[in-house]
Amino acid sequence: MTAGHPVELEPLFGDYPLDQAYDEMREPAGEVREQYRALAETLAALPADELRRRKQSVDLAFLTQGITFTVYGREEGTERIFPYDLLPRLITAREWECIERGLTQRITALNLFLRDVYSDAKILNDKVVPRDLVYSCKHYRRQMRGLQVPRNVYIAVVGSDLLRLNTGEFVVLEDNLRVPSGVSYMLTNRRVMKRTFPQLFSSYGVRPIEHYPQLLLSTLRSLAPEGRPEPNIVLLTPGVFNSAYFEHTYLARQMGIDLVEGRDLVTHDNIVYMRTTDGLKRVDVIYRRVDDDFSDPLVFRSDSALGCPGLFNAYRAGNVTVSNAFGTGLADDKAVYAYVPKMIRYYLNEDPILPNVETFLLSEEKDRQHVLANLDKLVIKAVGESGGYGMLIGPKSTARQREDFARQIEANPRNYIAQPTLDFSRAPCLVEDRLEPRHVDLRPYVLFGDKINIVPGGLTRVALEKGSLVVNSSQGGGSKDTWVLE
Amino acid sequence: MLSRVADSLYWMSRYLERAENTSRLLDVTMGLMLDPGGANAEQRWQRMAAALGRTKGIEWNGSLEDMSHKLVFDHLDPSSVTYCINGARENARQVREEISSEQWQRLNRLFHHIHSPNAQAQFQSSVSEMLASVVDGIYLFKGTTDTTMIHGQGWQFIRLGRYLERAYATATLLEVFQPDLLQPSAEERTGPLYLELVGLLRCCTSFEAYCQVYTADVSTDRILEFLLFNRDFPHAICYCIEGARQAIEAIQASGGRRAPEELIAGIGKLHSLLIFTTIGETLAGDSAAFLHNIRAQCLRIHELIYRYYVQYSIQSALAV
Repeated sequence: MTAGHPVELEPLFGDYPLDQAYDEMREPAGEVREQYRALAETLAALPADELRRRKQSVDLAFLTQGITFTVYGREEGTERIFPYDLLPRLITAREWECIERGLTQRITALNLFLRDVYSDAKILNDKVVPRDLVYSCKHYRRQMRGLQVPRNVYIAVVGSDLLRLNTGEFVVLEDNLRVPSGVSYMLTNRRVMKRTFPQLFSSYGVRPIEHYPQLLLSTLRSLAPEGRPEPNIVLLTPGVFNSAYFEHTYLARQMGIDLVEGRDLVTHDNIVYMRTTDGLKRVDVIYRRVDDDFSDPLVFRSDSALGCPGLFNAYRAGNVTVSNAFGTGLADDKAVYAYVPKMIRYYLNEDPILPNVETFLLSEEKDRQHVLANLDKLVIKAVGESGGYGMLIGPKSTARQREDFARQIEANPRNYIAQPTLDFSRAPCLVEDRLEPRHVDLRPYVLFGDKINIVPGGLTRVALEKGSLVVNSSQGGGSKDTWVLE
Repeated sequence: MLSRVADSLYWMSRYLERAENTSRLLDVTMGLMLDPGGANAEQRWQRMAAALGRTKGIEWNGSLEDMSHKLVFDHLDPSSVTYCINGARENARQVREEISSEQWQRLNRLFHHIHSPNAQAQFQSSVSEMLASVVDGIYLFKGTTDTTMIHGQGWQFIRLGRYLERAYATATLLEVFQPDLLQPSAEERTGPLYLELVGLLRCCTSFEAYCQVYTADVSTDRILEFLLFNRDFPHAICYCIEGARQAIEAIQASGGRRAPEELIAGIGKLHSLLIFTTIGETLAGDSAAFLHNIRAQCLRIHELIYRYYVQYSIQSALAV
């Protein structure tokens, strides 16, 4: 701390532990990082129970506003408020500049990869990415072969997950190219923070994110089929029982578009209509929050009632745009992920700005032996899963769980990858009137229409349980507002 | 507007109207039981149950407190206040993007209130107060609806649901009370019957309004005239049907690719019947049948709304 601003932080920090993991707020020696000083001073100046009081008023606001998510697999109280931490996570202009360039590069390459794989497959012919790997992917959709998508944009909305390692460097953990969620929490967190810490917020010079819905709308509009100058854009939701239903309603309202369910849509002569009180109305662009599998029972899973029969044919005929495109989960496959740095070099002839996490492919004999011998040190993930499901965290696992996973790996090695257990960064969170460090990640939201747009910030997800590495909201994670500084 | 959305708004509104009606009926019925004479507790209870549309009644177990607790809180009983508020909120949740944030918060508060320990405590100390808090919550929601929601098709479907539900409920109430109270008799101005009649008016929050029109001189034919034919009082059937007719016309005017001829004819006929029939004619004829006919026409209008706006066939829509 500078001599001019002595701040008594002891009561706030107490025995706040610092170790080899990067702490977002404090230097390894315990000093508060420069950008966090104003925040620390504000916190130190507040009466002891003031933070708790503000937290309670925020919780109540979330409950009455119905800002909730649904947890699967529980019968009672399935609707919960999204746990939320009151202290913002700060990102400096320089850090953000690197993230922004890195993500733009990465998403450009991933989009080129999808286009390539679903047309000429040059990258496979050149043996940069193994053919087997792509064609054995659970999310590869052969129906997409040779299909022209508007503006060649496959992934209009992306929410990549970044981690910060103990070097202070950001790495990409996964790309989330299918239906990334959480953006509504980013927006509501911001609204709440502006109300809770108005002076602090304005003194920091935080870059705005509130225009996200408008950007999303213009991104979708730019992808409308030819000859539809006033496109009818809708958001397709699986319905009220989906965990992200709040977000679907929120985005539809913020964009001023209709929120439709599969049962609202009908197709006739390869044109998609929605049922309105004035009769059938043509639909031009669908922002899809339903997985591929459930989108069209005629083409994908026939037992699904969530989608719209005939949707894929209308899409193929070019009469309706569906974003994200079908089959983008291919590039989300955790084994394909390992090849993203190679894709960037192959398509863009550049070095990756944001590195990958080191990844072992269990389909490779050499990797597999190494992983099986070190199961207690690594994280094992099923390639096609998301949301923190299908995972083994080696250091926290039991011998029994490890045996289980070893058996599954032997049975189907293509289905698993392994990564080192990352000691990713921690940020201070309010726990019972005191600050304690918790692991955090960062999910910025990338929009790809005419060009790539990233709103400065994103959702900082927090593993609220002490020592936990899992930040997913379905498994006890919460969130923080993310302030990107001018 | 999406048909599914119109459907949800319409039902959200009907459920809230129903919760309000149930709350008030229960409150008035329990109040009447305080006075000696007249019908006994079970008879009153069953008459109320019939007025709530439970033609077979609700089995009387001897404990008014237990019965009324169930009618407020039993979320599995379709007549209960909680069931209706759950239904309204569930419908609102499915059209979260169509209603204003203020409306949603208001409804959400009512929902959390009725599920809170606080509501139970309130019920134990004063049932009347507890029911009043529910009705207040609904009034606030209606006010919020009128001031924060765009007065487009969605709002009209909310009005339509409200007025049809209310017209139907008032008609049911009159039909149930008709044999006991509305047969004119000599001693009607005094004694227990007076309280019963005032109770009937209170079930529709109409005692004060009635007094303004007719003075406190309560008589059965005037009550019937007031609740059937008054054009200025919001709980009178004629007023409700006029409101429903206006809502249908507004829906038609704002979209209107297809003219719902049968629907317009149906609501127009019912409206004319209520405007041009006199109380003398009603009482001279079969007044029970008259009331029954009004209910049947309300049901028919409901079906036509569905046929035109919600559950139409694709062929009929493409043909336009």
